[in-house]
Amino acid sequence: MNSEQFNRMMLGAGSGTVAGADSGILPNLSRRGFIKVASGAAGGLVLGLSMGAPGEAQAQSAGPPPRPFAPGAFVRIAPDGKITLISKNPEIGQGIKTGFGVILAEELDASWSDVTVEQAEVNRAVYGSQIAGGSMSIPRAWDELRYAGAGARAMLVAAAANQWGVPASDLTTSESRVIHAASGRTASYGSLATAAAALPVPDIGSIRLKTRKEYKLIGKRFTGVDNAALVRGQPLFALDVQLPGMKYASIAKCPSVGGKAKSFNAEEIKKLPGILDAFIVEGTPPVTDVMKTGVLPGVAIIGKSTWAVFSARKALKIEWDTRTASKDSWTDFVKQAKALASNAQGEVVVKTKGDVDKALSPDNTDTKIKTVEAFYQFGFVSHAQLEPQNTVAWFKDGSVELWAPMQLPDPALVAAAADVPADRVKLNQMRVGGGFGRRLMNDFVCEAAYLSRRVEGPVQVVWTREDDMRHDAYRVGGFMGYRAGLDTQGKLSAFDAHMVSFKDTASGKVSKGGGISPNEFPADYVDDYRASQSLMPLSTPTVWWRAPGACTMAWVQQSFLHEVAVAAGRDHVEFLLELFGRGAGKGTPPAGGLDAARAIGVIKLAAEKAGWGKPLLKGHHLGVAFYFSHLGHIAEVAEVSVDASKKVTVHRVTVAADVGPVINLSAAENQCEGSVVDAIGTMTLEVTIEDGAAQQTNFDRYPLPRMAISPQVDVHFVQSEHSPTGLGEPVFPPVVPAICNAIYAATGHRIRTLPVTQEGFRLG
Amino acid sequence: MLRLHVNGKDRQIDDVADDTPLLWVLRDELNLVGTKFGCGIAQCGACTVHLDGQPVRSCQIPVSAVSGLKITTVEGLAKGEQLSTLQQAWIDHDVAQCGYCQSGQLMSATALLAATPDPTDAQIDSAMAGNICRCGTYGRIKKAIKAAAQSGKGQAGKERA
Repeated sequence: MNSEQFNRMMLGAGSGTVAGADSGILPNLSRRGFIKVASGAAGGLVLGLSMGAPGEAQAQSAGPPPRPFAPGAFVRIAPDGKITLISKNPEIGQGIKTGFGVILAEELDASWSDVTVEQAEVNRAVYGSQIAGGSMSIPRAWDELRYAGAGARAMLVAAAANQWGVPASDLTTSESRVIHAASGRTASYGSLATAAAALPVPDIGSIRLKTRKEYKLIGKRFTGVDNAALVRGQPLFALDVQLPGMKYASIAKCPSVGGKAKSFNAEEIKKLPGILDAFIVEGTPPVTDVMKTGVLPGVAIIGKSTWAVFSARKALKIEWDTRTASKDSWTDFVKQAKALASNAQGEVVVKTKGDVDKALSPDNTDTKIKTVEAFYQFGFVSHAQLEPQNTVAWFKDGSVELWAPMQLPDPALVAAAADVPADRVKLNQMRVGGGFGRRLMNDFVCEAAYLSRRVEGPVQVVWTREDDMRHDAYRVGGFMGYRAGLDTQGKLSAFDAHMVSFKDTASGKVSKGGGISPNEFPADYVDDYRASQSLMPLSTPTVWWRAPGACTMAWVQQSFLHEVAVAAGRDHVEFLLELFGRGAGKGTPPAGGLDAARAIGVIKLAAEKAGWGKPLLKGHHLGVAFYFSHLGHIAEVAEVSVDASKKVTVHRVTVAADVGPVINLSAAENQCEGSVVDAIGTMTLEVTIEDGAAQQTNFDRYPLPRMAISPQVDVHFVQSEHSPTGLGEPVFPPVVPAICNAIYAATGHRIRTLPVTQEGFRLG
Repeated sequence: MLRLHVNGKDRQIDDVADDTPLLWVLRDELNLVGTKFGCGIAQCGACTVHLDGQPVRSCQIPVSAVSGLKITTVEGLAKGEQLSTLQQAWIDHDVAQCGYCQSGQLMSATALLAATPDPTDAQIDSAMAGNICRCGTYGRIKKAIKAAAQSGKGQAGKERA
């Protein structure tokens, strides 16, 4: 950020700058300035950053003493010294509530023991987008939170300077205190809070952020701020919300996606014990963007308890109208895909350079010594977050308030479902019992809003696990046909990728998480390159699933590159280092793109830490993979053994990650460990769709990983000087190819189908 | 009317169907919402509670079957402000990610240490096999159990309600 941007940021608070959401990948701080959200003798200091709606936010500072939850505030300091920091984004298990607190506390120079972190309410005008998605919380909020913390610190320092009649530049801070070293005076933040609150907000251009060497908190281990409440079983989740007079509700939906209820045994159902009402829900009209899915059609049952409703569900006899329902069949897709993949080039070429057909032609014996070909296939999987979809909604006096597990709160969508104006919707962000991308959709939130309006009172909507798995928007399956050419030196010289994927039937757009991007690796690393795709129409909804696209692209690509390395007779690590070496030193890598030097750094680190090339225990074998996604450069080595019955044991996974400086080392390692377990488990899972319906509807037939398969996970962070980036997703993609490459090393069998159970392998 | 003995207290519940799983009585009637709903078919373990000290999946236990038994839920693990050794180990090892399964994990782990104060890895794997953590925090769960076993050397078991 340059000084001009700083100045504009400073002016932002009072100059009526652009309102609305910032749409860029990284926050545009030029729109923002400091803003004192509320102040008063009782309230101490409350400081936020404006988000382009300064008038509204400032108006609150003129009012009576602040409300306990002041919108716009990131920092709240009470006269008794208690420091409350506000986390604006959803907590879905990625640890952001703690991480955001650490960043704010660092620049505030607060003692962590004085800090409490609270979840922000949903307020786009104040906070901008409040999303847990794309592993973008940290990179997007990094500057914003640091300035918020540093700005509050500057006001406390200014208050102390006034009090003591000394220049602010003579003062330092530490552990929630301002210190005047020359006189030995110190003052707690709490004692200065009221005076600080009366001061003008500082010129943001005058704020100096800490250097990395000055960090006292960032990079250390912090336990989660909600841990104590979690181990006591205190209510933190939407499912735990109970309101006076609350009713319970559930909507039975057609197993084949898109089917509608024609009729049902209403009289019988309404007479069941504890049942208050039952009716057909037409649902909101189908949409072309799965993210805008509203209320799905079906039969709603309203009752006095969850069990009354679930019991009545079992007694339902519904006649479905399946004329509009999906007829998708995975079996048919597999046949179609194999036929389509028999063409080297797909229906649409997304990128081509050089002449890949010529380079890979059998006649080309001058520069090419070998061609490698392979076809890969991976199935659909479910998000299967452990907390089923649920929401509590309370419609009252033309407004609706909701408590929901959301990754992407969407008041407009909810307003439409409840048929109220968007400004009559209040969304409370509850701790989310697993996200994995599913809660980027708001269909279940809309259901509750709709049903609350209908019953005119508080209602809790709960999906059964079967509802959840049948009406997931899955991770899209797909297929990849690869051809690669090796030159006379055994180097990769030509690369041809034909992805057979899906397009949404309604919109014609590539299914979310499907397709191949033009610049997919190794586009920039070989002279003859082509990426193409053929898309089959898909009615089954798909949506972002942890490391979308990357989570499967990494597997096909990094498995195939191992095939190429094997065909060339080269060590896989050496092969990858040579390949990435072609990109290193070729000028500045694209912003937010793959940086070959960082790739090489983590590949070397993972290989070294895993003991690549060194003797292993008898029967143990290593596999390596690298993938860049979600701004993270990650290399992993899996240590695996496979017994005669094709039982695969993953003994250890070594993770080398370059995500810039780590904020909270404990949470960062936890994300790496969890990603490894998630990826191992997902290797054996699939949701098969037949006649438009999921065939696996609970954990008996969708066996999520259990403790015994959890391997040792060794995590090594490069801690480079780049800005910090997220860790919820990028560690997942390299895990499966690393394991499959190790399975090849162990058995000579190349796994080209996921789940691995399709090839007779299992985990143990 | 139904009488239950939950976390050391006698509770009365009016008007609940006999076949109602204990899970939903705890959550909807007694507002003990620490016990979670995950799958409804005893596959995930999020609903684990103790009946007379034995871990059970409360989504499968009809409430009519538990009268006279001592029910312990996650809310009953601490003695007032004093967390159990395992609860403290869970915090210290920063086990949770989303945290949704952790009540059930703690209940299974508490029962394990009560029966087997110093479990082996295999015993931990076996005792915890009924509890799914979708976030994959198994490594930390295991470390926390081992730490509690070491620090208490059976103390965690004695704390059991």
